[in-house]
Amino acid sequence: MLTFGTGNKAVAMAARDAKPVVVAAYPITPQTEIVEEIANFVTDGTLAARYIPVESEHSSMAACIGAAATGVRTFTATSSHGLVYMCEMLHMSAGARLPIVMANANRALGPGWNIGAEHSDSMSMRDTGWLQVYVSTVQEAYDATMMAFRIAEHTDVLLPVMINLDGFLLTHITQTFETVEPDDFIPPTATPHAIDIKNPGGYGTLTPGNVHFKFRYDIERGMRASIPVIEETEAEFARRFGREYHLYEEYRCEDAEVVIIAMGTLGKEMEVAVDILRDEGVAAGAVRMRWFRPFIVPDLDGKDVVVIDREYSFGYGGILAGELQAKSGCRPFSVIAGLGGQEVTYDDIAEFVRIRRPGTEHWFGVDD
Amino acid sequence: MFEIRLHSRGGQGGVTAAKLIAYAAFLDGKYATATPLYGAERRGAPVVSFIRIDDEPIRIYSQIRNPDLVIVLDESIMQLVDVLHGIKPDGEVLINSQKGTEVEGHRTYPVDLTGISLALDLVLAGNPILNTPLIGAISKLGVISQASAKQVIAETFRDERNVEAALRAYEELKI
Repeated sequence: MLTFGTGNKAVAMAARDAKPVVVAAYPITPQTEIVEEIANFVTDGTLAARYIPVESEHSSMAACIGAAATGVRTFTATSSHGLVYMCEMLHMSAGARLPIVMANANRALGPGWNIGAEHSDSMSMRDTGWLQVYVSTVQEAYDATMMAFRIAEHTDVLLPVMINLDGFLLTHITQTFETVEPDDFIPPTATPHAIDIKNPGGYGTLTPGNVHFKFRYDIERGMRASIPVIEETEAEFARRFGREYHLYEEYRCEDAEVVIIAMGTLGKEMEVAVDILRDEGVAAGAVRMRWFRPFIVPDLDGKDVVVIDREYSFGYGGILAGELQAKSGCRPFSVIAGLGGQEVTYDDIAEFVRIRRPGTEHWFGVDD
Repeated sequence: MFEIRLHSRGGQGGVTAAKLIAYAAFLDGKYATATPLYGAERRGAPVVSFIRIDDEPIRIYSQIRNPDLVIVLDESIMQLVDVLHGIKPDGEVLINSQKGTEVEGHRTYPVDLTGISLALDLVLAGNPILNTPLIGAISKLGVISQASAKQVIAETFRDERNVEAALRAYEELKI
């Protein structure tokens, strides 16, 4: 059904349509509308789930872990300080191989207090074993949330998935989007290690050094296996519902001599910058990274690369730029822009390309 | 692309008005986005919202810098904020005004949305409802169709007086 609403509403509707059995959540700006909408769906009976309002984000993830351990579908949403407060439980959920799905409204971490868009929250959870996808439109927020359940619950993967959407820029913008009837697009959960009271087993027992690494390695196997599962899920989604997604999205890249790389809403706005540059005779293209974990390296051979990071690793550099450099061998012009909702326009992005100096770093608003 | 910047005060319903205008454009078969600009809002503080309408999907998330239309829901804001900042040379201005305020250099449409609302006793939490007469006024400018304006109001508000408010604003706005 074609409808009109915010990024938050789209996530809530996708979660509703995926029919989780348990939603445990704690409100935080700018994702509060997601859990409010879900609470409404549960109250009016359109979603037959148990909604557990908890006292903190640590508890919301703990509740999802408990529920998911029984083999049922679970969902939650958070942002910023809420996400980092659940850090311990993020490791726990991935380590326990529980396919929890969570939306994260990307927001800066304080102090100084700020509620604007920034990727520092999710990026600092990089090594928890969660899959991370970053979306750029309200429609994609709906679609990626829907697909996340199928990917997470796939028995080759069995890892939690985080859908990231830029705080306010995407959570609060109103756009057109289409909902779908998933039917069997998301098969029933089949968690092989679900708690079975007829076959009691041990959970979270001590794993000494002679076996612990095997469990760690197994997480990585799930992560690697997730790549073909994501591709297959995106292909099946396109076949059924007509909207195409890929591991990363290329825009006018065929003959590009310089490509801009970003995630989230900047990854959409930069397409306008590419059009401007093309009109100026610059062979520009754009690559919007959708999946940050697993990390999929685009082919950047022979191209100048401009990476926009909406976060920063202190003492190191822009995280996306660093990872792309490490994995692809490119020498990016690393731009740090959009922190805490800092205004970045398509004209600014075009200017990053014009002033690029490969192998250097540029803080937008500082180095100008 | 048609770009609208809406200036209001916290609590006047500017953010909702932006959503409703974009929704009406959506019903007209266009692509539309509505974005509130969030800062340290509190009741009475100046607030800005953005509306974009186009025949193509809209890829821009940054703020509107060169609006085609500026809407001012509270004209006292004009003493605090340069509401004309960046407006296109042929950009137009719609002002909720009881005294027919005009701006220099731009086609101005003053309309007494507050008066229309108060005459119908359309008051919420002590404030006159400005959304619905605004939608009526905007449809007169052709930004959205009259049919979609009507549908948005009917879907969003139960009170019939909202339709009446929109009709009165449509009649009062002179083009």
